[in-house]
Amino acid sequence: MQGALEDFFRALRSADVRVSPAEAIDAHRTVSTVGFADRELFKDALCATLAKSADEVERFDRIFDTFFTRETFHAEPPPEDGGDPMEGLPEEAAQSELARMLLEGDAMGLAQAMEEAAERAQVSQIRLSTQRSRLTRKLLEEMGLAEIEQIIAAARKLEDTAGPAAADRLEAARKRLAQEASSYVERQHELYAAESGRNLREELLARKALNAEGGIDPVDLAMMQALVKRMAKRLADRYSRRRHVAWTGHLDVRRTLRKSMGYGGMPFDIVFKTKKIDKPSIVAICDVSKSVAAAAQFLLTFLYSLNEVVDRMEAFAFSGRMISVNAVLDEHHVETAILEVLKRIGFQQTDYGKSLEDFCEQHLDQLDRHTTVIFLGDARSNYADPRLDLLATIQKRSRALIWLNPEPQSYWGQGDSVMHRYERFCHVAKPCNTLAQLERIIEDVLRTYIPH
Amino acid sequence: MTSVDALIQGLEGVGYIASRRIATALYMAVNLQKPILVEGSAGVGKTELALSTAALLGLPLIRMQCYEGLDESKALYEWKYGKQLLYTQILKDRMGEALSDAPDMDAAMDRLHGMGDLFFSEPFLEPRPLMMALREDAGCVLLIDEIDKSDEAFEAFLLEVLSAYQVSVPELGVIKAKTPPIVFLTSNNVRDLGDALKRRCLHLHIPLPDAALERRIVSSRVPGIEADLTHQLVSFVQSLRTLDLRKSPSISETVDWARALILLGADALDGDVVRDSLNVLLKFEQDIQAVEPQIIEIIRKPLA
Repeated sequence: MQGALEDFFRALRSADVRVSPAEAIDAHRTVSTVGFADRELFKDALCATLAKSADEVERFDRIFDTFFTRETFHAEPPPEDGGDPMEGLPEEAAQSELARMLLEGDAMGLAQAMEEAAERAQVSQIRLSTQRSRLTRKLLEEMGLAEIEQIIAAARKLEDTAGPAAADRLEAARKRLAQEASSYVERQHELYAAESGRNLREELLARKALNAEGGIDPVDLAMMQALVKRMAKRLADRYSRRRHVAWTGHLDVRRTLRKSMGYGGMPFDIVFKTKKIDKPSIVAICDVSKSVAAAAQFLLTFLYSLNEVVDRMEAFAFSGRMISVNAVLDEHHVETAILEVLKRIGFQQTDYGKSLEDFCEQHLDQLDRHTTVIFLGDARSNYADPRLDLLATIQKRSRALIWLNPEPQSYWGQGDSVMHRYERFCHVAKPCNTLAQLERIIEDVLRTYIPH
Repeated sequence: MTSVDALIQGLEGVGYIASRRIATALYMAVNLQKPILVEGSAGVGKTELALSTAALLGLPLIRMQCYEGLDESKALYEWKYGKQLLYTQILKDRMGEALSDAPDMDAAMDRLHGMGDLFFSEPFLEPRPLMMALREDAGCVLLIDEIDKSDEAFEAFLLEVLSAYQVSVPELGVIKAKTPPIVFLTSNNVRDLGDALKRRCLHLHIPLPDAALERRIVSSRVPGIEADLTHQLVSFVQSLRTLDLRKSPSISETVDWARALILLGADALDGDVVRDSLNVLLKFEQDIQAVEPQIIEIIRKPLA
């Protein structure tokens, strides 16, 4: 049973349920306490030791059911006339255990033989979906397929009529067996490899350039949102971690003295100052115009997640003019919010100058020395006046101005891009066109530029 | 504690209707001597599970509520500074007497070392919940409530207590429990707990119950309630949970509502009674406003 449990841990790990060696030991102890007799008890007890969060419990249940369930083996039923099923076959067939089981329809025996063969063929080591057919073949070979094929060939050569008929029956049974083997391998793939495939896809997605032609595949969209969300959550965790550091301050002499009155002036109760921390206030301004169409969705997703994480944030979007999108982000779900923003203001001609004007006229009072301004855009202004003076005002009024550009650095300043001219006013200006890059930058940003 | 079934029955005897998964987790926790981390939304009976276990086993319950800024001196022990101060003053008075006849400085120092030093000793130790739990010789149930509200530093500090059932006091040495307490940690998922803590615990997630289980809970918690009314109110609550609300009612709200209905003398649900008592069930004004127009419709739904 130890082997089976180890395989089960491996299946769990591939489904992203972390099973450390210590937990594996606990699981073994659990099993020796509860035994295997009661399936329900066995499952619940293992679940309590191995799954450590609500969604891990869900994954545990799924893996447990796939792992410890054996579908009934479908074998060809034996002939109904009650005659010897082996009748008509050449004599070497009598030696073959597999042929006998196939023709008698011995489902139990076949299932057991398949498990044993699977162990020899190491089917559980499957990693990729492309390995399926090769492993199926190998599994069948381990079970003794070559033998069966020889018997069939020999039976067809026999002179009497019973030979080919028996060969047909054996042939049908062999086909059935092949089907069973392939579904067995399929199940193993689901257990050990399906999740790792998903992880691989996530990793690729994190590195994929977001302003590439066509942007993100609609298929990957949900996955990207999950990624961005996870990123935002991690940032939130890190932020709250830092917040607690701020709790331990300096000695509060005044309150310590007052407390010491009760002890005749001896300062036994020592009181420390607790710092009140500034919440980060962020103003995020996002370009959603035609030139960044491919990346806009991504930028907005990010804006949305940031809005969820950060307590005080103002969000703006612009292409020709600038509008505040705070209400939209607060009220809607991520997909609808993005669509709504794009519907209101998206995909028009960019005019950075005009948008900056809008911002300075209506929202400049939102900036103070605690504010970090994050600009998300490509700085392509269609040769209109970039209004550097306004950006300079923004820089002067805010604590930090950060520009994230979805274009690679080599494109900056080419064509109608005024990135180099804007760059002078930014504390940080970075290209940012993959999720992985974004994550790194934002982490730096939160660490360095947000007051705490 | 002999089997899971016995545990379910025992818990039922003290008024806690446990599902199989809950009972199994508890059974494993007692047998493997591991703490048990209970998660679930507010009001599904996380704290109640610890209370009922203590009642079932006849052990004292020691409860520690976590909050931001909770530290060792409030969780583990503190020195009784005031008494220590008094002690030093008494000591000073006596010192002159005891040392007055010493011929020289060295002899006085020898005599001083010879006197028992009580300054850091058990009598001056003020035990806090964790220490009290470790010093219960007959064992106890230790409930560490809402661990997710505490700081990460505190979480790390708990690791020694939870894995070895011992604490080290720098001045006294290691204090180890004679009988390991049964430890419950509860969490509302305010923040993710560290892997190290999770690894040391068995994990139990208590979901919202299905209709049948909830009916049993209501009739066990609110004795004397009519079966028909229970049926109606549980299916009302169950259909509320399918709506998109800020805070879905959980078990404790159902039980409170059942009590409120009894108090109001209602023997069946109707629009007026529900409207009057809806604030027991829903805790946000928006939720109440969202549900109010649909009350009649929900009542008329076939029972779950």
